[in-house]
Amino acid sequence: MTTAVTTATATGPKSTSVRRLLALGRAEGILLLRNRTALFTAVLLPLFLIFGLQSVLAQQAETNPGLDVDSLLVNGAIGMVLAFVVYYNLTAAYVARRGELVLKRLRTGEARDLEILAGTAVPSVGLALVMCAVIGVVGATALDLTAPANPILLAVGLVLVVATLMALAAVSSAFTRTVESSGITTMPVLLLTQFGSGLFIPLEVMPERLADICRLLPTTPAFQLVRVGWFGTDGSAAPTGFAGTWATAAPHLVTGGIWLALAVWGAVRYFRWEPRR
Amino acid sequence: METSQPHRPGDHVIEVTDLHRHYGAGSSRYHAVRGVDLTVGRGELFALLGTNGAGKTSTMELIEGLAAPTEGRVRVLGHDPYRERAAVRPRIGIMLQEGGFPGDLTVAETGRAWAGATSHARPLDEALELVDLRHRRDVRVKQLSGGERRRLDLAMALLGRPEVLFLDEPSTGLDPEARAAVWRLVRELRAQGTTVLLTTHYLEEAEELADRLAIMHGGRIVAAGTVAEVIAGRPSQISFELPEFAGASIPPLAGATVTADGRKVTVRTPHLQATLTELLGWADHQGIALGALDARSASLEQAFLAIAAEAAHQPPADSPATPPARRKLIGLAR
Repeated sequence: MTTAVTTATATGPKSTSVRRLLALGRAEGILLLRNRTALFTAVLLPLFLIFGLQSVLAQQAETNPGLDVDSLLVNGAIGMVLAFVVYYNLTAAYVARRGELVLKRLRTGEARDLEILAGTAVPSVGLALVMCAVIGVVGATALDLTAPANPILLAVGLVLVVATLMALAAVSSAFTRTVESSGITTMPVLLLTQFGSGLFIPLEVMPERLADICRLLPTTPAFQLVRVGWFGTDGSAAPTGFAGTWATAAPHLVTGGIWLALAVWGAVRYFRWEPRR
Repeated sequence: METSQPHRPGDHVIEVTDLHRHYGAGSSRYHAVRGVDLTVGRGELFALLGTNGAGKTSTMELIEGLAAPTEGRVRVLGHDPYRERAAVRPRIGIMLQEGGFPGDLTVAETGRAWAGATSHARPLDEALELVDLRHRRDVRVKQLSGGERRRLDLAMALLGRPEVLFLDEPSTGLDPEARAAVWRLVRELRAQGTTVLLTTHYLEEAEELADRLAIMHGGRIVAAGTVAEVIAGRPSQISFELPEFAGASIPPLAGATVTADGRKVTVRTPHLQATLTELLGWADHQGIALGALDARSASLEQAFLAIAAEAAHQPPADSPATPPARRKLIGLAR
């Protein structure tokens, strides 16, 4: 070791929240690119599932004439991407960083707890939103869909979905010991989002009672907001315009907000920064 | 050992008053830190010594601001390190006893991520140079040796040119050469005015580096001061072997205690020179050759072992027989 301590040369800028998020996000992005399993789950798996979704919806349209297959396909694809890329991927990432004692080490620095969690999520969330944008553009052009009825609601819905899934990932990671077992521990939430939130099975083809229960599930309201924001309906009534969507969205905003608060509470309560001993 | 750097009294960079820390609740409640007081002046190097499970790391975590104390007061650079972390963190550097970096990032990528989360970071190559890791900058962290990872950890702690440096067992897991290099580096940092609080269970490390030290046992500080102060009052030791058929027994030596185990004799004395003179005079007079003769002043190691043994005989009243598994495992992992 040399005496370079004495050479007081240039120093970097003050650390800000934005710089910390970008620095952590960049590192996490490199890790995502180097992890084939994670990359597969993040990019290819949702694509396969979208094909599966298309055939499922086509089948349901045969028994339910009038089902808007195209809009449901786009809505379901967006939901699927968000569930796998944000929720599943992030759960595994939290577990991996915790196991390597990276989270523990990061907490000794200037980054705040929330910045560490958000920074780790930057690549997952970024990738998911890019994929959603691609699906949106492809959907709009190839399927000739309408422009979003209420872009504000669409954005609010996306933010709510992402925030809820991030918090749920933090909660799930607390109950996951190893990256390998995250495939099992994330199953309940994944099944719930796929089958209970109107993604694989539209709520309007379900029996009334079941659909009502599904509307109260954690991720349903947020996904419904996305749908209302784009297509002007959550499937329970005919599509409306910009003004009408607010009334349709109001109950989902309330239930979605409650679930987000609960998920955040759970994350604060249960998240573990170090492996259990 | 280097001479103490003068520092104004009252210019305390670290002030700890009546610190307590509990883990758990109910019957599993464990009182890890039981009323610790300490102050560290600017530019001072303070070492926290103790047996495994003595509460060193628990105390460090509270001073670093990683957790809030159950009771008591901590001030680092005049701020509460837990509540006012934004004011404290940019000015301190922390190296944990065990902390990690993602195995799939290279050394340079790890450094860039840390630099992005550190105010006024020094150039990465400079930080790596300090710990002799610059030539490994493109190697993945998982391919580094244990010692190299510790040095990377140290480099990240030094990235922000901290005013106060916390080192939790910095040389554990290093080979002797790397350890000597870390000592040189720590001395250099201190010479430039960095305040250092370190824990160690290598007594020679404390003897070598520390201006002042404290010995912890059972969550309390049982001895504190400069090495000389801690050793003061501890007896020096003379040991030797009597030849067979010595024909004479050892005379009473003024102020010394003599213990014999067969032919092996140990003498403890507060006056090494006087006792040794007396002993050698006697041997010379009797024509006895003392085998394996060894005479030494009290060392920190002897003082430490004696203090730990004394303290172990008076366990705190509410102390459980064994600390909970979590604390124990950390001890075993070292």
